[in-house]
Amino acid sequence: MATCGQFKTTYREDIKVWKTLWLKSWFAFLFMLMILFPILNPADCYLLYITNICGIAVIGSIGLNMLSGVTGQISIGHAAFLAIGAYTSAILTATLKFPFPIALIISGFVAALLGLVVGLPSMRIKGLYLLLSTMAFYFITLYVLVHWKSLTGGVEGIEVQTKIGSFELDTDLKFYFLIMPIVVLLTAFARNFLHTKPGRACIAIRDRDIAAETIGVNLFKYKTIAFGISSFYAGIAGSLFGHYIGWITPEHFPFSLSIEYLAMIIVGGLGSVLGSIFGAIFIIAVPEGIRLISHFLSNIYPDVIMKFIDLKGVIFGLIIISFLVFEPEGLAGRWEKIKIYFKNWPYAY
Amino acid sequence: MMLEIESLWLNFGGITALSDINFSIEEGKISSIIGPNGAGKTCLFNCITGIYKTRMGSIRFLGRELVGLKPYQISKLKIARTFQNVELFNKLTVLDNLLLGRHNSIKSSFLMSGIFWGKACSEETENRRRVEEVIDFLEMEKWSKHIVGNLPYGIQKRTELGRALSMNPKLLLIDEVSSGMNAEETEDMSRFILDIKEEMGITIILVEHDMRVIMDISDWIMVLDFGKKIADGPPEEVKKDPMVIRSYLGG
Ligand SMILES: Nc1ncnc2c1ncn2[C@@H]1O[C@H](COP(=O)(O)OP(=O)(O)OP(=O)(O)O)[C@@H](O)[C@H]1O
Ligand SMILES: [Mg+2]
Repeated sequence: MATCGQFKTTYREDIKVWKTLWLKSWFAFLFMLMILFPILNPADCYLLYITNICGIAVIGSIGLNMLSGVTGQISIGHAAFLAIGAYTSAILTATLKFPFPIALIISGFVAALLGLVVGLPSMRIKGLYLLLSTMAFYFITLYVLVHWKSLTGGVEGIEVQTKIGSFELDTDLKFYFLIMPIVVLLTAFARNFLHTKPGRACIAIRDRDIAAETIGVNLFKYKTIAFGISSFYAGIAGSLFGHYIGWITPEHFPFSLSIEYLAMIIVGGLGSVLGSIFGAIFIIAVPEGIRLISHFLSNIYPDVIMKFIDLKGVIFGLIIISFLVFEPEGLAGRWEKIKIYFKNWPYAY
Repeated sequence: MMLEIESLWLNFGGITALSDINFSIEEGKISSIIGPNGAGKTCLFNCITGIYKTRMGSIRFLGRELVGLKPYQISKLKIARTFQNVELFNKLTVLDNLLLGRHNSIKSSFLMSGIFWGKACSEETENRRRVEEVIDFLEMEKWSKHIVGNLPYGIQKRTELGRALSMNPKLLLIDEVSSGMNAEETEDMSRFILDIKEEMGITIILVEHDMRVIMDISDWIMVLDFGKKIADGPPEEVKKDPMVIRSYLGG
């Protein structure tokens, strides 16, 4: 049926998450799916592993999107905050014997604090210069990780244990039920943030900072908040990642990881929470897909696999460029268009 | 006097954009600033709202000195403005643009907003109500859910006025109401401006090129030329001023 808009009795309904019964049932369905998903695939550890990695990437990409997509402060230092989260958590649990949940939260805050420091110059510098300063921060972080051997284990890295009391998180399934609630919570926070005063203020800074300031937005305050939240999310994602894979080295946080996160928010949709989720899944899933296909093809043409592996980066790059050219609003933008299409179906508009 | 400006100077390198400007604005009136292109009208607005830092002089609003304050601090004193080249948040809806005008009135911290707890929720609703009033007043219900960047220029201008009104200002600065608008839109705008003064009791400073609009609705006019004040007074007086006729009205 074609609807020409809904009638809202109160404004409150308009800003609520659960606008319609339709949406409610969707969320209920998704929720069930999330719980049943791993139980229905008990044997398939690979799929569960990819799902967990996607969940962690979703947290990180929402964080970056809050800063770069929403507030317009482009950062290519995101990998540094992931690393800071991972190492803080590792050191707290291994050396200082902190319980894991507390270490997880602290690593978020440590990353956020350093994010604030990196954000300080954003009042004076913009665009490319800010980009360079985030890059500089990344390389300083990497230098410290490699050279402060007594703390970080240098290039060999450091082991990460995950214990809550005597309970050990040692399977993909247990991690699934740890990661997913955190993903849901942080997604909800980001969504609320975005649709209320602070989110609007950040978007205003991105679109027109002078006009934003004349209506009362304190640029310094909101840029700082954006840096803080973004690196908090990265810190949490980094900590989860470290605990999940069990051993971290500086090589887990290459510069290209920052670029990958930027790709996620570009492909998914700048400034959109849903886009961050789509983008993270896409960027994790596509290389895995390419790998699977090349694996499959190598059974038929044995030498094709080498060529495919060489081409992986190229294919990846082409996908990102096509998004920039053909779908600047990303997957989230496409999703909106599809939704509108079905809402008005069978009419064209 | 609501706004008092005393010996205000503004320089850009070698250019003097404003030299020794003195005037005051009476509460509850529409005061207009006219002058040829480059006279310094927009610069004056930028000084009042703190975007440009002045070298010398004083700007007092309800007894408080504005020179030295940041734009966001000045906005808290309830001074709102529109821009000559529409400065809207293009990717947002009309509604969200207007809600941004409520920025100062929403007190919840970002953490509260993020968990959407307690006051954060009710505040959004309350402020939404105020914004809907402004939307009704400006007769733009049918645009309220549209992305503002895609709307016609006339509607964008109106949205900008709406954003300023949402701030519940005491003083409203309007830069070029009618530029780029057709006759009908200009008439609508003049009507809105008169209503803003009469129904809402907001003091207005207007920069405008259309002399008909100016003469129709102004209570007081100041004429600028090359950064200097060359005349001021009620419309009938300014119209007759020989200096004004020579340099602006074009004889
Ligand atoms: N940021 C700036 N840097 C240098 N010069 C400036 C700047 N802003 C304004 N000016 C100069 O100050 C003078 C006054 O400009 P202003 O924009 O105030 O004129 P105006 O009266 O608003 O003109 P118009 O009717 O064209 O809008 C002009 O000569 C302009 O070139
Ligand atoms: Mg101007």
